[in-house]
Amino acid sequence: MAQTEKSPQKKEKLSLLWQFLKGAKRYFLAAVLAAGVTALADMLQPQIIRAAVDCALGGKEGNFPAFVMDAVNSIGGFPYLGRHLWIMALAILAVAVVQVVSQYIFRVYNTKASETLVKSMRDQLFSHIQRLPFSWHMKNRTGDIIQRCTSDIDTTKNFLSEQLTSVFRIVILLILSISFMASMHGRLTLIALIPMPLIIWYSMHFHKKIHDGFTECDENEGKLSAMAQENLTGVRVVRAFGQERSEMDKFTRQNDHYTSLWVKMAKIMSRFWSVSDIFSGIQVMLVVIFGAYFCIHGSLTEGEYIAFISYNSMLVWPIRQLGRMISEMSKAGVSIDRVAYIMLSPVEADEPDAVDAPMDGDICFEHVSFAYENAPELLRDVSFSMASGTTLGILGGTGSGKSTLMLLLDKLYPLAEDGGRITVGGVDIRKIRTEHLRKNIGMVLQEPFLFSRTIAENIGIASPQTDMQAIRAAAEAAALDETVTSFAQGYETMVGERGVTLSGGQKQRTAIARMLAQQTPIMVFDDSLSAVDTQTDAKIRQAISEKFGKASIIVISHRITTLSAADKIIVLDRGRIVEEGTHEELKQGGGIYQKIYEAQSGLQEVAV
Amino acid sequence: METNTKPKHLKFFGIPKILPFLKNVRGQILMMVALAIVSSLVDITIPQFQRYALDTFVGQGTLATIIPFVVCYVAVILLAAVVNYISCAQATIVEMKVNRDLRQTGFQHLQTLSFSYFNQNSVGYIHARLMSDTGRIGGLVSWWLIDCTWRVSYLVGAVIVMLRMNARLALMVLTTVPVLVVLFAIFQKKLEDVNHEVREINSKITGNFNEGIMGAKTVKSLAIEEEMESRFTDETENMRRKSIRASRLRGLFAGTMNFASSVALAIVLWKGGYIALEELGTFSVFMSYAQGMMEPLRWLVDIVSDLITTQVNIQRFTDLLAVRSDVVDTPEVTEKYGDCFHPKKENWEPIKGDIEFKDVTFRYPDGEETVLENFSLKIPFGSHIAIVGETGAGKSTLVNLVCRFYEPTQGQLLIDGRDARERSQLWLHSAIGYVLQTPHLFSGSVRENLLMGNPNATQEQIWDAIRTVSADEVIAHLEKGLDTDVGEGGDLLSTGEKQLISFARAILADPRILILDEATASVDTMTEAKIQAAMEQVTKGRTCLMIAHRLSTVRNADLILVVKNGRIVEQGSHTQLLAQKGYYRELYTRQYEDEATAKILA
Repeated sequence: MAQTEKSPQKKEKLSLLWQFLKGAKRYFLAAVLAAGVTALADMLQPQIIRAAVDCALGGKEGNFPAFVMDAVNSIGGFPYLGRHLWIMALAILAVAVVQVVSQYIFRVYNTKASETLVKSMRDQLFSHIQRLPFSWHMKNRTGDIIQRCTSDIDTTKNFLSEQLTSVFRIVILLILSISFMASMHGRLTLIALIPMPLIIWYSMHFHKKIHDGFTECDENEGKLSAMAQENLTGVRVVRAFGQERSEMDKFTRQNDHYTSLWVKMAKIMSRFWSVSDIFSGIQVMLVVIFGAYFCIHGSLTEGEYIAFISYNSMLVWPIRQLGRMISEMSKAGVSIDRVAYIMLSPVEADEPDAVDAPMDGDICFEHVSFAYENAPELLRDVSFSMASGTTLGILGGTGSGKSTLMLLLDKLYPLAEDGGRITVGGVDIRKIRTEHLRKNIGMVLQEPFLFSRTIAENIGIASPQTDMQAIRAAAEAAALDETVTSFAQGYETMVGERGVTLSGGQKQRTAIARMLAQQTPIMVFDDSLSAVDTQTDAKIRQAISEKFGKASIIVISHRITTLSAADKIIVLDRGRIVEEGTHEELKQGGGIYQKIYEAQSGLQEVAV
Repeated sequence: METNTKPKHLKFFGIPKILPFLKNVRGQILMMVALAIVSSLVDITIPQFQRYALDTFVGQGTLATIIPFVVCYVAVILLAAVVNYISCAQATIVEMKVNRDLRQTGFQHLQTLSFSYFNQNSVGYIHARLMSDTGRIGGLVSWWLIDCTWRVSYLVGAVIVMLRMNARLALMVLTTVPVLVVLFAIFQKKLEDVNHEVREINSKITGNFNEGIMGAKTVKSLAIEEEMESRFTDETENMRRKSIRASRLRGLFAGTMNFASSVALAIVLWKGGYIALEELGTFSVFMSYAQGMMEPLRWLVDIVSDLITTQVNIQRFTDLLAVRSDVVDTPEVTEKYGDCFHPKKENWEPIKGDIEFKDVTFRYPDGEETVLENFSLKIPFGSHIAIVGETGAGKSTLVNLVCRFYEPTQGQLLIDGRDARERSQLWLHSAIGYVLQTPHLFSGSVRENLLMGNPNATQEQIWDAIRTVSADEVIAHLEKGLDTDVGEGGDLLSTGEKQLISFARAILADPRILILDEATASVDTMTEAKIQAAMEQVTKGRTCLMIAHRLSTVRNADLILVVKNGRIVEQGSHTQLLAQKGYYRELYTRQYEDEATAKILA
């Protein structure tokens, strides 16, 4: 799958990101604005110190904008401030308040933005996955999809909300501090900036280069993890063959190898950090030395010198981060592709004129032929009909296409244009709204899936109006009530990981109860009674025919006793109907059914 | 579920519990601590250059000492680089080595745990203990140590330097610290609570994704997409709200911290401004230290939150190590026969293959019901016992006892007339062949898998075994023959192929006792016939316990044990049991029907 996956078009990806950002954009904008205000306030603090050092204390003129000078003069001029330094200290606190408030706003709005974004991504992805066709779910591995929904979403979120906003912030900070620096001393600014491209380039180059090393580490971690997994799954074999020692050796070898790879990486990365340290250390040194030089020559005041060093120190970290961010942003592309693969897979759609047809009519299969993607034809020209309110039995071997018939009826797989048609009450199911159709066809699949909720919730999941009484009635009909009441928490018992583990038969019966609670006009039992014993099977069928007599029931089974009560039975063999009739007719028909009937009832003589 | 583990409060965040794993890296740790101190000293020194530049160069208007200045400055920068290089590298190395040792210990421990542990805990759960929990512990220990040392020593150093430069001003700046400590105390608990909440919801959302994807087919057939969605959206909305709340709290905290650092700056300016008149440099670096001092305090909050998170990992991992095996060899036995990693094969007696249950009463360690009561049965060498019953009826119990995966609650299991406990588990396991219901192969080549049975087997022996079970055709079809990789869990082969290879593996091991857990899964008729034939070959001349599904196996057994609801309800030969017209007959009938039906439909 992963290999054949096409990379989505750039335009599609961008519009997808745009769609994810819906509702989050204004928060992002607010966050970026707040970041701008913070950066501006950051710039003011050194200016206050500079004013204090140069003007208030040093008695120099200082080239401040007119409005600042007006404000200062209205208080009493710089000399007055020099005598009352607490006013300047208050100014620092006033700026600090602006800083803190805007920072707070930035933080909250950035979280609002990123959480809105991640929520919108998760919701859209979840909803999309729910609406992808059955065939898509059969084709794609669960583990892979889950990974796309969790770690790839996180990477995409980090890209959009952390990396992108950080880059914005850094750029704002850079522009502001460089312009403040330039306004004080052009040549010194130039000197400060000369090493910057080198630092950014080095960091980007390094992070690109080291990428392969990380990949190798990841791969080896995967191997180690798989090794542990295998050992744990195969614990019986390991013990039975006395392989503890050799397993231990194998694990140790891989564990050591993996660790040694990281040790190697550690050295490379530390070297990178140290070299970056040297670069930025030298850059600071240059500013200190040349600043002092310009000071001595009078083109820079002491206050400006101190402010300059502050601005410069504000640059050092962002610059070092910038390279890493740019290189990491390229990695996000892969994750976005992987999420886009899901989001761009087409979902199920109804025809525009689909209707909510009544579902209690006769069911007709007319010349139905069907093949799965890239597989030979499975069903060939299958035609049969069942009257409303009757029971149809289907018998067939593995691969005869009997389950597929039911998937087609439920539109879980679409029938091709030239593949014949299926009608309910005379309406082609292609023209029936899918949700309506499925809500009216109850189906118990061969491997039922239960949700991690209580048993009551599981039974009532598809029929929200159902009360406890109806749930119990359904459970009773499915011969489940007794089992459930034997649990300490009865119907409130949680199913699955956080609760009890049900046996195969119990799961099967819960699924049957779930279907019965739906009270659908059409019910399908796909081999679902085989996991329960003969008596329970009979009990369940009895209960169903008593309480749900009006429903049309389709039963797929190997058991003649299960099939014999059906109004009509069809026998499928290699995708074709080979026999059709009632139990009485078929048991003497000389075909497969008769043979099976004899095998299942003529046992006494054979066995003893 | 693992995600629900509540952080219990361990002493010092559980770190003492992992001290033993730090022994191997003691030297590195000492070095790291030493270097972190040096590094913080360097960081304290660097502003002094700025001070010198201001006070000497600018103050006296001369660049006379520029050359020694640059030399010293560059030397300090280089020193910092070297120190940081070594300590960063060492920290990662310590992290990785500690993780490695934790994994190693965990893995080794798991090899000795009894089956009750594996039955009670899912593979996913155990795997997470071994791989994810360990991964967090080492990182915390090494980086925490470096950060903590660096910050504490920076803080102490900065305070000392400030005190020496101007004690009065330094003390005034320090008045902010108690305020910060109080703030920290107020926020810490609240921050941790919201962090915990957010983590919980996050794991819930992952769980919901899991369910929505794994249950997608069922969701479709029930047409409950909308219900699933609205549940999911509620959860994500909850997440969004809680996260924003958390960010408010964090923002408030960070804000007050930042404000405190501005307060420190304001104090310096207000009360220390006069210094600037004489020693501008001193004034300027004082500001640097006053602000730099706040950083270690801010860090404290993050680190406590990390410690609390990691404490859960430590708890889970040490819990794993604390699990004791239910089945342990006595010291005397280990002394004579060796343990599972260091067997003393020279002391091993050859095994004959007689098994006897003597008055055995058994209850699963995690179960409440006694499943065997005063059960006695002699299984002389060469006899074949079939165990039949429905899925989940408890057919594995006897097998588990024979393999000593569990031990009798009362009574004895005798192997060749001696209590199984008198000899080592490995001794017994080496004499038992085990063919599983779902055959399990290990990733690696076919040959490697076969050699598991007998590491010293010759090429000839391997081929003999393969031919005996007619697996030669399977091998012939494989691209690289015996050296073909079978994939993880053998998944590159079909079930039938895996089954045949696992038979060959059992034959190579040439065990006196063979346990067969028959597959219920349907394989095609050809393979079925081959497996049948192979089974007859494999079981010849061995004591055999079979969890049986196939009629032929059942019919030919010397004794059939019928299990229902965990207990043995009937026993006897096939004809005897049929004549009883009891449960066996019912089971057999159904089996027969199913098999006949399958044959007709095939």
